Amino acid sequence: MTDSVLAQAFIYLCAAVIFVPIAKRLGLGAVLGYLIAGVAIGPFALGFVGHEGNHVMHFAEFGVVMMLFLVGLELRPALLWQMRRPILGLGGMQVAVTAAVVGAAALALGAAVKPAIAIGLTFAMSSTAIVLSTLTERGLLKCRGGQSSFSVLLFQDISVIPILAVFPLLGLATTTAITDPTSESGRPAWLSGLIVIAAVVGVIAIGRFVVRPVFQFLAGAQLREAFTAAALAIVVGIALLMLQVGLSPALGTFLAGVVLADSEYRHELESDIEPFKGLLLGLFFISVGAQIDFALIGSRPLQIAGLVLGTMTLKLVVMHALGRLFGLDRASRWLLAISLAQVGEFAFVLLSFAVQQRIFGTELASTLVATVAISMVLTPPAFIVLERYVLPRVTDSAEERPTDEIIDEGAPVVIAGYGRFGQIVGRLLRANRIQLTILDLDPEMVDVLARLGIKCYYGDASRSDLLHAAGCAHAKLFVVAVDNAETATKIVETVRAHFPHLPIVARCVDRPHYWKLRGLGVRKVFRETFGSAYETGIEALKHLGYRAHTAHRLAQRWRKHEESVLEELGDLWRGGDRDTYFKRTRGAMDEAERLMRDEDPTVYSEGHGGWDNESLRADRNINEAAVEDSEVS
Amino acid sequence: MRRVLILFAHPVVERSRVNRRLLATAREVTGVTIHDLYEVYPTLDIDVKREQRLLLDHDVIVFQHPFYWYSAPAILKEWQDLVLEHGWAYGHGGTQLRGKITLNAISTGGPESSYHRDGYNRFTIRELLAPWNQTAHLCGMRFLAPFAVHAALQVIGDRDLESQRAAYQLLLEALRDDRLDLDRAAAAENLVVSLPTLVPREVA
Repeated sequence: MTDSVLAQAFIYLCAAVIFVPIAKRLGLGAVLGYLIAGVAIGPFALGFVGHEGNHVMHFAEFGVVMMLFLVGLELRPALLWQMRRPILGLGGMQVAVTAAVVGAAALALGAAVKPAIAIGLTFAMSSTAIVLSTLTERGLLKCRGGQSSFSVLLFQDISVIPILAVFPLLGLATTTAITDPTSESGRPAWLSGLIVIAAVVGVIAIGRFVVRPVFQFLAGAQLREAFTAAALAIVVGIALLMLQVGLSPALGTFLAGVVLADSEYRHELESDIEPFKGLLLGLFFISVGAQIDFALIGSRPLQIAGLVLGTMTLKLVVMHALGRLFGLDRASRWLLAISLAQVGEFAFVLLSFAVQQRIFGTELASTLVATVAISMVLTPPAFIVLERYVLPRVTDSAEERPTDEIIDEGAPVVIAGYGRFGQIVGRLLRANRIQLTILDLDPEMVDVLARLGIKCYYGDASRSDLLHAAGCAHAKLFVVAVDNAETATKIVETVRAHFPHLPIVARCVDRPHYWKLRGLGVRKVFRETFGSAYETGIEALKHLGYRAHTAHRLAQRWRKHEESVLEELGDLWRGGDRDTYFKRTRGAMDEAERLMRDEDPTVYSEGHGGWDNESLRADRNINEAAVEDSEVS
Repeated sequence: MRRVLILFAHPVVERSRVNRRLLATAREVTGVTIHDLYEVYPTLDIDVKREQRLLLDHDVIVFQHPFYWYSAPAILKEWQDLVLEHGWAYGHGGTQLRGKITLNAISTGGPESSYHRDGYNRFTIRELLAPWNQTAHLCGMRFLAPFAVHAALQVIGDRDLESQRAAYQLLLEALRDDRLDLDRAAAAENLVVSLPTLVPREVA
């Protein structure tokens, strides 16, 4: 037994180690890698693992629980409250409408009413595991479409509970029809309700009042593994509690995560749970892959292909329409619809439960399980299609919002980019009653500035017609303050080409960008983080006991050297000989050190002995000594 | 009791020989406010209102500084230019400093003997301090003789400065307790030298 468990673990881990990196290299993403690994080691390919995959899957589903805990940790309660509308509205509509449409389709395909309802509800679910992993992997979770997807998934997780309660009413198995399917005892509904509420309050209370002192105690003990054990214990414990009262464990741990999102141990918990979650989710995906019954698919490929495509199309159309109804932009609508088009892992649970409740037979169930599994496998490739072919066509935001009509009021300064950087420049100038013509390409920024009463024109400052309209022909100065290096370079090139007499002051990202812009003829280029880092350095010197004035003088001396070296290094950089470049850079560092030590700027008249009687007598000529001294100080 | 303010100006106290030690002495005298100008205004950006409030809160203003180029480090000039406003310190309605006492506590590189008509510095310290004297006069302040420590570069250790430190402490205490003979202190050449004769011994 032990042997086989170890052997199994070895096979799963090897499959992950081999397939996941390959899939990532090929740009398919980790989730698809796991799924392919599952197919590869499954009974229909290499046959390393058999049908015990089902048990593995139940174990691995705990990865989903952990994932929702981590998602909860990222969501402060206030943020969750802000999302109530998409969760209840968009999520609720999605479940209701998809269930109705899929149910109707099932009816049309010849199913009876009750099985059709069950199928509709089951297929309304999407895969939290696959969607959240894929969105996170591709960095899409934080965008508007990603957030909407998350809201819908959250509602689906909540709705599993009532769905499980409804199934017995649809089935032929009358014996268990009355009782709550997930709790053993035949408690009356009001008591169950009370228990559920108590459990939720309990989770919140634990998060608020128990976890902190426990972690403080553990931190005092300085036991890394005790921390990990405690973090796991929290997640497992809450999952157990939720199962006891008949709530979704994923939902419970999500709640606990939200409660702990404000705590100082958030990062600790995150880093402790993260690896377990990753491995278990991987295992989950592998078992999904291993579960696909290729024999069944092989026996009726067209039927299953039709079911998969039909289901996904229906779900996609419903989601896209709802996205439009809730005012999402085109890109977000597509992201939302494609990400939620598959059927989720809850379907496996619901389908086996449906069979148990005798809503429909095993044969239909296994066809549906295959459909669900394939739809899940198709999700990562669907994302690839979305990113490569769909999003580029629908996201061109510059196309969506027409460039503003610029009214040239003869402002002496034109400033391109009015974000964190440009605003500081702008505030200083405006405080001195200097008029600005402001251009920015971030529609949100333009709107925010409008609310502040600042006129900012939406438009691409690298277009010469726009620069003409902004009054570059008679402006005295052009300030480039955009945060993107390429955009900044493009703007500078356009300004230099069309308004060669207009001086430019520009923000740059790093040294190569600095030299690039200087090479293009920009008068003064400022590295975007230099100023604040410089101030921080001065502050550090002061804290180390340097006199405030000395720290400033040393810093000024250092800065002058740094700037002169920067110009000099530019030639070497352009020359292309990296060895010489790095040698000179090292040399410059030594120089700076000597500069602080030997040519100390803080040496005034004292220390040279210039005013000392003895030295003056030795010099004989007093006037000469005084002149020399004044040059040094 | 008089409230004593030391306006301290030294760009590199960490290299100072005399001023650093005198400042340590001053810190031990209770009732003396020390205002370290270069530390408070490292970029010479002086807060005029704050400086004027400080002046109003005190009765004796001591400028303690090295005697750079027969005058003071740059920040004191900036301080004078900004803080001594017309209409506040002098001129029409400029009476805020009237009646206050002021003096310079300075260190010089050259020895005492050089500050003479026939020395290489050609003028006495008092003569060289004429602009300070006149500034005080215009503001209605009483200008005392300087407390001048000469040959500052000869000072290597604490022991070299023992008598001067004692004198500085006595001066500040006497100013604070109003025990200094102000008329004679105004007429003296250097308070370091003549201080003992200006403060009556306390009756035991």
